[in-house]
Amino acid sequence: MIGTRIKSAVKKGTVAAAFLLAAATSALTPIQSARAADSGTIKVGILHSLSGTMAISETTLKDVMLMLIEDQNKKGGLLGKKLEPVVVDPASDWPLFAEKARELIQVQKVAAVFGCWTSVSRKSVLPVFAELNNILFYPVQYEGEESQRNIFYTGAAPNQQAIPAVDYLMKEEKVKRWVLAGTDYVYPRTTNKILEAYLKSKGVAEADIMINYTPFGHSDWQTIVASIKKFGSAGKKTAVVSTINGDANVPFYKELGNQGIKAQDIPVVAFSVGEEELAGIDTKPLIGHLAAWNYFMSVKDPGNADFIKKWQAFTKNPKRVSNDPMEAHYIGFNMWVKAVEKAGTTDPDKVIDALIGIAVPNLTGGYSAMLPNHHITKPVLIGEIQGDGQFEVVSKTPGLVAGDEWSDYLPGSKDLISDWRAPMSCGNFDVKAGKCLGAAAK
Amino acid sequence: MTPAVRTALFGGASIWLLGLIAALAVIVPAMNLLMPPDSAFHLSAFAVTLIGKYLCYALLALSVDLIWGYCGILSLCHGAFFGLGGYAMGMYLMREIGDRGVYGNPDLPDFMVFLNWKELPWYWYGFDNFGFAMLMAVVAPGLLALVFGALAFRSRVTGVYFSIITQALTFALMLAFFRNDMGFGGNNGMTDFKDILGFSVQSDGTRCAIFVITAIMLAAGFLVCRAVVHSKLGKILISIRDAESRTRFVGYRVEHYKLFVWVLSACIAGVAGALYVPQVGIINPSEFEPANSIEAVIAVAVGGRGTLVGGIIGGVLVNAVKTFFTGTLPDFWLFALGAMFILVTLFLPKGVIGLFKKTGGIGVKLPGLGKLASGAAKEAKP
Amino acid sequence: MKRIFAYLLPVLALTAVLSAPIPAAAQAGDTQAEPATESPPESASEPAKPSLSALLTRLGDASFDEKAAIVDEIAASGDPQAVPLLRALSGGNLYVRASDGLAAVSKGEEGSETYTSLTGDPVEAEGLEKVRVNNMLRRKVTAAVSRLGLLSPKADVRLTSARAAFLEHDEEMLPLVEEALAKETDSGVKTALQQVRAAIALTSSGVTDDAVVAAIDVIKDRGDEDARNLIKPFTESENAKIKAAAVRAANAINTSLGYWAAAQNAWYGLSLGSVLLLAAVGLAITMGVMGVINMAHGEMVMLGAYTTYVVQDVMHSIAPALDTVSLVVAVPMAFLVAGLAGVAIERSIIRFLYGRPLETLLATWGLSLVLQQTVRTIFGPTNKTVISPSWMSGAFEIGHLTVTYNRLWIIIFSLAVLGLMMALLRYTRFGLQTRAVTQNRRMAAAMGIRTDLVDAMTFGFGSGIAGIAGVALSQLDNVSPNLGQSYIIDSFMVVVFGGVGNLWGTLVGSMTLGIANKFLEPYAGAVLGKIFVLVFIILFIQRRPRGLFALKGRALEG
Repeated sequence: MIGTRIKSAVKKGTVAAAFLLAAATSALTPIQSARAADSGTIKVGILHSLSGTMAISETTLKDVMLMLIEDQNKKGGLLGKKLEPVVVDPASDWPLFAEKARELIQVQKVAAVFGCWTSVSRKSVLPVFAELNNILFYPVQYEGEESQRNIFYTGAAPNQQAIPAVDYLMKEEKVKRWVLAGTDYVYPRTTNKILEAYLKSKGVAEADIMINYTPFGHSDWQTIVASIKKFGSAGKKTAVVSTINGDANVPFYKELGNQGIKAQDIPVVAFSVGEEELAGIDTKPLIGHLAAWNYFMSVKDPGNADFIKKWQAFTKNPKRVSNDPMEAHYIGFNMWVKAVEKAGTTDPDKVIDALIGIAVPNLTGGYSAMLPNHHITKPVLIGEIQGDGQFEVVSKTPGLVAGDEWSDYLPGSKDLISDWRAPMSCGNFDVKAGKCLGAAAK
Repeated sequence: MTPAVRTALFGGASIWLLGLIAALAVIVPAMNLLMPPDSAFHLSAFAVTLIGKYLCYALLALSVDLIWGYCGILSLCHGAFFGLGGYAMGMYLMREIGDRGVYGNPDLPDFMVFLNWKELPWYWYGFDNFGFAMLMAVVAPGLLALVFGALAFRSRVTGVYFSIITQALTFALMLAFFRNDMGFGGNNGMTDFKDILGFSVQSDGTRCAIFVITAIMLAAGFLVCRAVVHSKLGKILISIRDAESRTRFVGYRVEHYKLFVWVLSACIAGVAGALYVPQVGIINPSEFEPANSIEAVIAVAVGGRGTLVGGIIGGVLVNAVKTFFTGTLPDFWLFALGAMFILVTLFLPKGVIGLFKKTGGIGVKLPGLGKLASGAAKEAKP
Repeated sequence: MKRIFAYLLPVLALTAVLSAPIPAAAQAGDTQAEPATESPPESASEPAKPSLSALLTRLGDASFDEKAAIVDEIAASGDPQAVPLLRALSGGNLYVRASDGLAAVSKGEEGSETYTSLTGDPVEAEGLEKVRVNNMLRRKVTAAVSRLGLLSPKADVRLTSARAAFLEHDEEMLPLVEEALAKETDSGVKTALQQVRAAIALTSSGVTDDAVVAAIDVIKDRGDEDARNLIKPFTESENAKIKAAAVRAANAINTSLGYWAAAQNAWYGLSLGSVLLLAAVGLAITMGVMGVINMAHGEMVMLGAYTTYVVQDVMHSIAPALDTVSLVVAVPMAFLVAGLAGVAIERSIIRFLYGRPLETLLATWGLSLVLQQTVRTIFGPTNKTVISPSWMSGAFEIGHLTVTYNRLWIIIFSLAVLGLMMALLRYTRFGLQTRAVTQNRRMAAAMGIRTDLVDAMTFGFGSGIAGIAGVALSQLDNVSPNLGQSYIIDSFMVVVFGGVGNLWGTLVGSMTLGIANKFLEPYAGAVLGKIFVLVFIILFIQRRPRGLFALKGRALEG
């Protein structure tokens, strides 16, 4: 009895060992194969979720990158080599983002990575990019409060989206009362903190600001929409500043429409609702609600028309829409190409230095330039939702707005600046203390 | 050590598994630290942390196997215990950053500075001490398991009902940790760690050290579980699994045994979480997602339930498959993973271990898993 | 005096035109130009007014502030074309030719629109420029149109206008309101106009104390949020008489609004409960009857929602006129699609796992991943638009209770589905067999019931019901591959709380959880409220380990 048991156990042990080894080798397979890969191409990493909750937004960006790379290859590639996209799926799983970033850099040896959508995914990969010294282009509007040497922020900082939108509402719509509604995560929290301070600096009373947070994917908006309605009936012109994230927007707007809140009564200005999101909503009841972005598909510009044509041909869908983060990737990719050409190499250190000061055409008829703080200059557009799911631009900043990474309206960051050019080379320089803060100081 | 104990701990597959873990603990760091980077035998830091991560998942799966395989309790909240352990470690690592955060604030973590927190909340006290943090990594999940288990087992919540309220537990915790007002960093969680006990978390040496510790903890966890299931206690657990009412009628206080092994299992999961965080570099509320807990259970089912070794194999295998497919088949990996879960449940009720052996279980006669749930219930409740 | 004239003239002139009902805000779809019926004599004798086309030439490239001024001039111009013009303007369908000020209204989808002049003649697209509007202009137009509507011969138009006027309560409107009030015969409109007058009295200066007190009393009867806000400043009045009246009125309003708020919360709770009920009721069947924990249940809901999308799309391309009923057609289709998918799943996977409830959980979890990715591959990861038919859009009010049509329909729908299911289980042969199998599988088999067939049908039935739920949810939520996942946990909570396999339990469970959630939400916030509910369920299960309505079955006693 005992003999057979031992025998069986031994047998099992062998199996176990075999499997553990198999598992370990299977994980290492890409490592070995990558070693063998030829070096006649320049690899570009694409780190966008293709499954899970964020796939809804990020899959499009992966396709845009594939299109841009294909386009560049048609033009003859870069430095005489072809570009090779390397697509991985971090599956909306934040630790997996860090793992996949490491795989792209260390195993696939990519020259640069384009990716991430949520702040948490960026925060997750940030130490990896710093440690392995590579380049990430981050294409989404975000809360600011960050400037890292290896990351280039091609989306909007709060001052390139939120503050101009509030200015517009104050001036054009004479709004006196504000609802700041957002999903409970860091982007809305920070943006609302900044807006609160900004509104108070403009003389708005505490009682005229209502702040509300909801969980991700919130789908039952009855109570909140009703309380917005109540808040808006106090006799002063009221507007909602929405930092509600992706999935929760559709039920939110549906409830707004159904409870009869029209844009002319209580306009909603959103920072996370673009053409892609509207593609899932019947926009007829929403005409007049607003969004602030740096790009709208409806912008009349030859460059934009060309981009949309290529995009719709690439996706083989004549109705496919384009949106702001896509433009950010367009700008970021062209900047990277230009910087690599300028540096004559894909070596990250040289490209990082070369990137600052590079200016490329954006899709709204101007040029965007990379600033020393690794943010870019952009125009700010305010658009009204139209019945066909597009936006009509009702306001555009006269010039370009420079991305401000450290908000002047937060007590913790008002004294900080960022400049990655030598000799400062610091992402968080305290002008009051006259020194670079944090880890960089040691 | 008596021969019986020796067999219980090191008999059969056990010694092989322990040998393998020991081999990994030696070879992996050696290949990373000693081999020159251009050598074919060099293992990158990526591979070291990746294998280290698998070992953490293996430890988590082991804890699930202990409670599900040997006590018949299907927990859908081990991801929460794992996450709590991870948060304890994450809080220590945040405190270690000190004034090296981007705002240079010596008292508060960055996420508190820019959300205008004025002082450190009380529950953060003590986490700058490594020992205290590690204690909490075990105590926090253990305590939660104790309270939850004491309530549930005393009121005899079993089977599906138990599974689903464990799911409610982890879901509630996820919502709670998502709240920025909780002071755990909300959705962003904690990241950008600098060092651990004074050693940089990014250096190869630290990575290898953490890897070795993970391997040791996995081996230790395995030995503890094995000691439990091979003791008299273990036999009672199995009898509870197979015929709970009968065991109770024989005179055992079933809920006490259940509670003990439940808390033990939660503590092991907490350790796994604490080891996981410095290796992946982030802890955030998505660890509490019900899907993660289900995945841990599936890992056990894939490896082979009620065998301990199977849990470890499943933990490694499922996550390795995930790594492999998300890299090579980014558009289709969910098909592969989903199909694997279906096929394993349908055709390999005893997991991959069952492929090689007709009667599953090491030293334990496991009845056909299929009849387990209904058969046991029907026997127990005439 | 001149100002009053400015209001009265166009009012008189446009009475005829206004006989058509005017919506509170003109929307994009509703912009048909109306031919002018008659030319009023007054406008001819007023040569000082600038002509409409002169105004229109300036409209093209004016700033929004200038446009607002032009809107005022258009309203005051007395031109019979002013109202159709303004409505087209606020709907964003007004085009102007800069060269001669010709106005045109667009019709049809973008890209294939046609243009007609205000008198209905077709116009060439050449040279037309869209007149851009923003919210401020839309408000301006709505206000202008509604002021003109106070003297409309139609009572409902007057009522709408009076309500709009109440929100505006501009001192300058007083003469107009007085005139309208003098002529008014309809009691409802009369009350509304009196409230307008009272609101004006409360907000303008130089009103006697007695008039203020009288006005407060009038406003008090209105009893809503707007009334409370109007009265609020007077609760701190220095005049004791006014203060007393205001405090009394405010208290009365507060009390009544408190009851209404509770009623509103209960309604929200019922509506949330009905959504939970729809999502969970199919699960209650499969779990109760078969002891199967179907983690892919949410994906059946998703399949139903996508079926709705496809049905709507196909019907739109075949018969666009039937758009409003496509939702009705989608119900049986969704039942079929999800039901067939359910039968297929049962035959290919679940039947091998009977009696192993915990393992069906794992296999169906794998299945849910596959289904999600399949849908994502076929339809793409982005949301799909499901349009709400007109009978499901908007809201009506009962007292101070806002009832949205879509929620109302979904409550009715969910109860109908539940009733149907109960009837089916109670009165049909299939139901009888299902109940028999639920209670004692072996005995049922011994009595000659083909339990495997019953299983397949039951699973298909439960899945089909989930598909129907998807049709309803497509009206509230995203139609995306993740739709199902967001409901699966809530569904499990409802089923376990109510008691597995008991439809009454599911009903009571879903409504209780829905109402509890909605009463907690205003105090605790959406997130904490949900956490409290979850903790409550966990504790409740300790008290009643088999849920609210425990069933004497054996299937799930693993």
